[in-house]
Amino acid sequence: MHIIVCIKQVPDSAQIRVHPVTNTIMRQGVPTIINPYDLFALEAALSLRDIVGGEVTVLTMGPPMAEDALRKALTYGADRAVLLTDRFFAGSDTLATSFALSQAICKIAEAFGPPDMVFTGKQTIDGDTAQVGPGIAKRLGLLQLTYVAKIASLNLDAHEITVERRAEGGMQMLKTKFPCLITMLEGTNEIRRGSLDDALRAARSQIVKWSAADAGIEDLSKCGLRGSPTVVKRVFAPASRAVKAVQIDTADKLLRDLADELIAAIFARRPALEHELAFEGA
Amino acid sequence: MSSVNRETPPHGGRAGMKKDLPERFRDYRHVWVFIELERGEVHPVSFELLGEGRKLADKLGVELAGVVLGPTGEASWQAVAQAFAYGADLAYIVESPLLVDYRNEPFTKAMTDLVNSYKPEILLLGATMRGRDLAGSVATTLLTGLTADCTQLDVDPDGSLAATRPTFGGSLLCTIYTLNCRPQMATVRPRVMPLPQREEKPVGRVIQYKLSMLEDEIVTKVLAFLPDTQSVKANLAFADVVVAGGLGLGGAENLQVVTKLARTLGAEYGCSRPLVQKGWMPAERQIGQTGKTIRPKLYIAAGISGAIQHRVGVESADLIVAVNTDPNAPIFDFAHIGITTDAIRFLPALTEAFTRRLSPHSRDKLAS
Repeated sequence: MHIIVCIKQVPDSAQIRVHPVTNTIMRQGVPTIINPYDLFALEAALSLRDIVGGEVTVLTMGPPMAEDALRKALTYGADRAVLLTDRFFAGSDTLATSFALSQAICKIAEAFGPPDMVFTGKQTIDGDTAQVGPGIAKRLGLLQLTYVAKIASLNLDAHEITVERRAEGGMQMLKTKFPCLITMLEGTNEIRRGSLDDALRAARSQIVKWSAADAGIEDLSKCGLRGSPTVVKRVFAPASRAVKAVQIDTADKLLRDLADELIAAIFARRPALEHELAFEGA
Repeated sequence: MSSVNRETPPHGGRAGMKKDLPERFRDYRHVWVFIELERGEVHPVSFELLGEGRKLADKLGVELAGVVLGPTGEASWQAVAQAFAYGADLAYIVESPLLVDYRNEPFTKAMTDLVNSYKPEILLLGATMRGRDLAGSVATTLLTGLTADCTQLDVDPDGSLAATRPTFGGSLLCTIYTLNCRPQMATVRPRVMPLPQREEKPVGRVIQYKLSMLEDEIVTKVLAFLPDTQSVKANLAFADVVVAGGLGLGGAENLQVVTKLARTLGAEYGCSRPLVQKGWMPAERQIGQTGKTIRPKLYIAAGISGAIQHRVGVESADLIVAVNTDPNAPIFDFAHIGITTDAIRFLPALTEAFTRRLSPHSRDKLAS
């Protein structure tokens, strides 16, 4: 079985800072990581490969430095890594990104064998759109299974797969055929540590690097800014409320008195709350 | 979220580009809202979207339509009636046994066929799991723009949709336009927009549409639906009182100061995103842009700095109380009452004080 996992290198959002004066993102020195949601996809793919055999190819689109994320994925045990990188991809929105990735997947199919499944995380932590997975599925005509919590069974002869899919208010048990695209729900597994062999192999592996032309993309009007129907017109920091929080003075006060003062302030603003809390609380 | 601080330089070369709609999209008109029908009930996010859709339609001087894709019979017609009650001028209904349970294939087909036939200029969907699954497929099929998780929707003087959403992991906001394509698609998370007033109205104009698909053409089959047990559902979105903890709590062992206060108040508890990433709390307890949006009467944030990611999820609370050691934490910019102190030490004192204040004795006093 050939499984392709699409990953993205993202800034570690916990460490992003906004410049207080210019309101621009301070990217310098912010470490990058593999999008945490993608690790659930990668582990699901590796586990599946370990059971049924085959290969896992990781694919990313990004700047040359995204190679780091791919090498990391190799240390977890992925068999092959492909980096799609070209200045023509700059400024891609989700539609243009899904186009480029789907073209790269076609090229991977040609070069290394057609995929039986494509995995992605449910969304990224920087864009948070959850649109690229469904976009790839639609462009490649793959059946789409989003928010998959568990792969329940697999019938290799019939090309059938049964999954548990998270839905509003419950779990759907779905049966479909592969090739399919799965976006993996978070918290469904834990990425392996990766063996020493994998670490050594990752260090000396050649990452496959493709430009738009290498990936067989002829129509550059579908890439990057030109291929993106959406455009970001304005980026801005949210305005503060006209009035900042009323600060309760903490100087020289016992915690107990401070707590009483806070409660009095709460009920002064919302008198009805006291009544409701008295009868709701344990 | 309103007003602007400062504009950053244009993002890429096209930011200043004129919005020049190709001829074939010029007859796209009206605002549509996908009415999300699940197991006989309409998801409240659909009503919230009708409220927003109403405003957009009025600004544009066009009609607001609800789109119901559902099983043949009463449930779908009930949903149509509800769409009218929450502000729709007309409804599109596609009834089919193929649309009983949500599946990507028939729902994508139904929605894209409807769009191609009736040509809306704006299509809004809830950013639920179903809405996102569907929106991504529909937008890619139609090759149009889709903006996810909007926190504000507006119409420009030239009639184009201005969709504002958090960006860069929730540290800034951006306004996004769909240039040369239609419909302009956007999703909005549940509870981000207020629920509009319900008004009993007769069912108005309904356009029935036939799904041109057979069960045999659909590969994916639903074998079963396993409803969540009550314990799995953190009812954060609808709680009246919410207490949440952030990184300022220092470690997972200190989360109990939050849960104890919540128990005393009969409240729900939650956390900011980093705590879920660290595995201190399960994802369904996450409050913020990528977690739950809450609208409680009282929200107490303990050791939460207040990144935009978090802010957009709590801003609609009636009263926000913030406890943080850093007097410059952004949370004090949008909280109503602030207290600059260590939440780990202060919350137990607050729990005790609430217990005293809300004890049976005081309760009797209140009741009398």
